[in-house]
Amino acid sequence: MLEIKNLHVKLEEEDKAILKGVDLSVGAGEVHAIMGPNGSGKSTMSYVLSGRDGYEVTAGSAALLGKDILAMEPEERAAAGLFLAFQYPVEIPGVGNMTFLRTALNAQRKARGEEEMSAAEFLKLIRAKAKDLQIDADMLKRPVNMGFSGGEKKRNEILQMAILEPKMCILDETDSGLDVDAMKLVASGVNALRDAGRSFLVITHYQRLLDHIVPDVVHIMHDGRIIKTGGADLALEVERNGYADILGEVA
Amino acid sequence: MALAQGRHDATEARLATLRAPSGAGWAQVARGDALARLRATGLPERRDEYWKYTRPDRLTSADAPRAAIFDTDETPLYDDIDRLRIVFVDGVFDADASDDLSLAGIEIERLGTATSADIHWVRDLYGVLETRGQTPVARPLAALNTAMATDGIVIRATGRAAKPVSLVYLHKSEVSDAILHHCIKIESGADLTVLENGPAAARFNKVMEVDVADGGAFHHVRAQGRDHERQAVTHIFARLGTESTFKSFTMTVNGVLTRNEAIVELTGDNAVAHVAGAIVGDTDFHHDDTVFITHDAVNCESRQVFKKVLRNGATGVFQGKILVKADAQKTDGYQISQALLLDDDAQFYAKPELEIYADDVICSHGSTTGAIDEDAMFYLRSRGVPKGEAQDLLVLAFLAEAIEEIEDKAIADDILARLDAWLIRHRRA
Repeated sequence: MLEIKNLHVKLEEEDKAILKGVDLSVGAGEVHAIMGPNGSGKSTMSYVLSGRDGYEVTAGSAALLGKDILAMEPEERAAAGLFLAFQYPVEIPGVGNMTFLRTALNAQRKARGEEEMSAAEFLKLIRAKAKDLQIDADMLKRPVNMGFSGGEKKRNEILQMAILEPKMCILDETDSGLDVDAMKLVASGVNALRDAGRSFLVITHYQRLLDHIVPDVVHIMHDGRIIKTGGADLALEVERNGYADILGEVA
Repeated sequence: MALAQGRHDATEARLATLRAPSGAGWAQVARGDALARLRATGLPERRDEYWKYTRPDRLTSADAPRAAIFDTDETPLYDDIDRLRIVFVDGVFDADASDDLSLAGIEIERLGTATSADIHWVRDLYGVLETRGQTPVARPLAALNTAMATDGIVIRATGRAAKPVSLVYLHKSEVSDAILHHCIKIESGADLTVLENGPAAARFNKVMEVDVADGGAFHHVRAQGRDHERQAVTHIFARLGTESTFKSFTMTVNGVLTRNEAIVELTGDNAVAHVAGAIVGDTDFHHDDTVFITHDAVNCESRQVFKKVLRNGATGVFQGKILVKADAQKTDGYQISQALLLDDDAQFYAKPELEIYADDVICSHGSTTGAIDEDAMFYLRSRGVPKGEAQDLLVLAFLAEAIEEIEDKAIADDILARLDAWLIRHRRA
C-alpha cells in the first residue's frame, strides 16, 4: 500500500534536516502505529506525505499503490487514496461543512473519472455516516470546524474519512485533546473503516489510543529515523518504561 | 471665495460639453441652483482630501474616454426574477425595450415628463437630498448631475410593489457619456425593490435620490456591468423616516474606474440602513466606495459591509463615515471593510471614520487586508479539492457577509452565480 524508502526531508526555509532516512512499508489492510518523543519527525512525515508546502525532500521516495506521490499536488494524492486526519483541523469561516464535503467527494470522483454524486444521494450518505459518529445536523450545516469543540473536530475528521473512503489513512495525533469517551467514539469510527483494502498509519504519543485501535505493527521514531519496529507489545513497553530505555538500547 | 483658475477652467470646460434640458419653472430653478453649487466648489481635483485615493480626472474631463463594448454570452442577470424592466441605452430611455410603465402599488414616470409637469413629490425631491448631502463634504459631480441629467426615472411607491423595478443599463456606443438622475419616493408603509444592472455607458454619472417615509422599506440590488473600460461615478442620497428600512447592495466586477458614494441620513427613530458591496477586480481596476451615514434620530441601526477581492494591479478604496449627532442616542452603528489580496500586486486603501456626539451609542468599525489563508487552502486540497476550486471557495466565503445583506434569496443566488462565474474565468493556473 505505502512504501517509504530512505526518505530524507529538510525544512525549505532553513537548513534543518527533519527526516533522516525513513523506511516504512505498510501492507494492504494493516494498521501501523508510529510512536516517538516530541520532535522526532512524526508530524513532519504526515505533512510531507500529504503534500504540505514548506518541506523539501532531499532523498528517498514514497509510493502509494506503486505510484510516486511526492511529485503529486495535494489534491492528486487525495484522489489517489491518501487521507490525513489533521492534528489541528482547520476552521474555515464561510464554507459550509456539507458543501465542503460534497465538493471534495465530487472533485475526487471527477479526478478518478467516476460519476459525480447527486445532492440527494450525498445527503443520504452523509446522514447515515454522521449518525454513527454522533454528529448532528447542526454540525453539518455550520462552517467547517467553526465553533466545534476539540472532540467534534476530530469526529469531523473521521466523518470525512468515512465519506471519502481513502485507501491509506494517516491519523496525526488524533487522540490529542480527547477525553476517554470521545477517544472511544473516534476509535470505533476508525475500526468501522478497517478492511482488507484500507491501511492506517496512526501517529501518537501515547499507548492509550492503541488500546482501542489495535495496531499490527508499532514503530518507534527518533531523530528522523525509525529506530525500532515490533508488534502491539512494543507500545505497551513504551507505556511502562518511557522512551529512554529504547533509545538507550539502540544507542 | 473665487475658484483657482485651473479648477474654474476645468469645470467650465466640462460644462461646455453639456446642455441642461428644458422643463417646468421649478425644475429650471432646481437645475440652476445645482449649477451654482457646482460652480461654487468646482469639479474635484486629485489634491482634494476626499479624492486622495481616487484620481477624479477621468470622471471630470470634458469628454468621456472611449470604452470598448464587451461581448458577453452570459445569461442576463435577474433573468428568472419576475420584474418590471426599464431599459436605458447609453443613458437614454428605450421605450420599445422596456415594459409598460405601470405596476400595482407604484407610479412611474420618465424624468423628462416629471420635470416638465408639476408633480409635487418630484418637486420636493429632485436635487433636494443631493443638496442636503453637500454638507459637510461637497459632492460636485452630484451637483453636476442634478444640473445636467438628461434622463432618468421617477418612482413613487404608495403600497407594496407587485414586483421589483429593474433598471437595465445597456452600453452600445464606445463614446457615450451618460448622466441619469432617478428620484424614488417610498410613502408611509410602502415597500419597493429596485434592481440595477449593466455597464450603462463609456462614462456614467448617476444620482439616485431615495426618500423613505415612516414605516417604508426600500431594497436596492445593483450589479455594475462588466465592460472593462467603462467608468462610473454614482451617488445614492437617502433620507429615512421613523421605523423605515433602506438596504442597498452592490456587486462590481470589472470596470476600469468606479466611485460609488452612498449618503444616508437617518432622520426618524428606529430606522435601519444597510449598505453593502461585494467587489472583485483584476488588472486595470480601481474601485472606490465612499459612504457617509448620519444618525440624527434615536435607536437607529446602520451597517456597512464592504468586501473587495483584488489581484494583479487592481486597487480598492473604502472611505466610510458614521456621524452620530448629539440627539441620536441608542445608535447602533457597524462598519467593516475588508480586502482579500490574491497576489502581491494589489492595493487597498481604507479610511474608516467615526464622529460621535451622543453618549449612549454602540459603534464599531474594522478594516482588514489579507491574503488567502494558506492553512485553509492546504486543508481543502488535502481533501481532494483542486487549487483553483479551493481558492474560489475561500473567496466566496470571504464575500459571503456582504452577499448575505441581500434579503431576497433568488436575487442573492443570481449575484452569487455571477461572482462564481467571474472567479472561474479569472482562475490562474
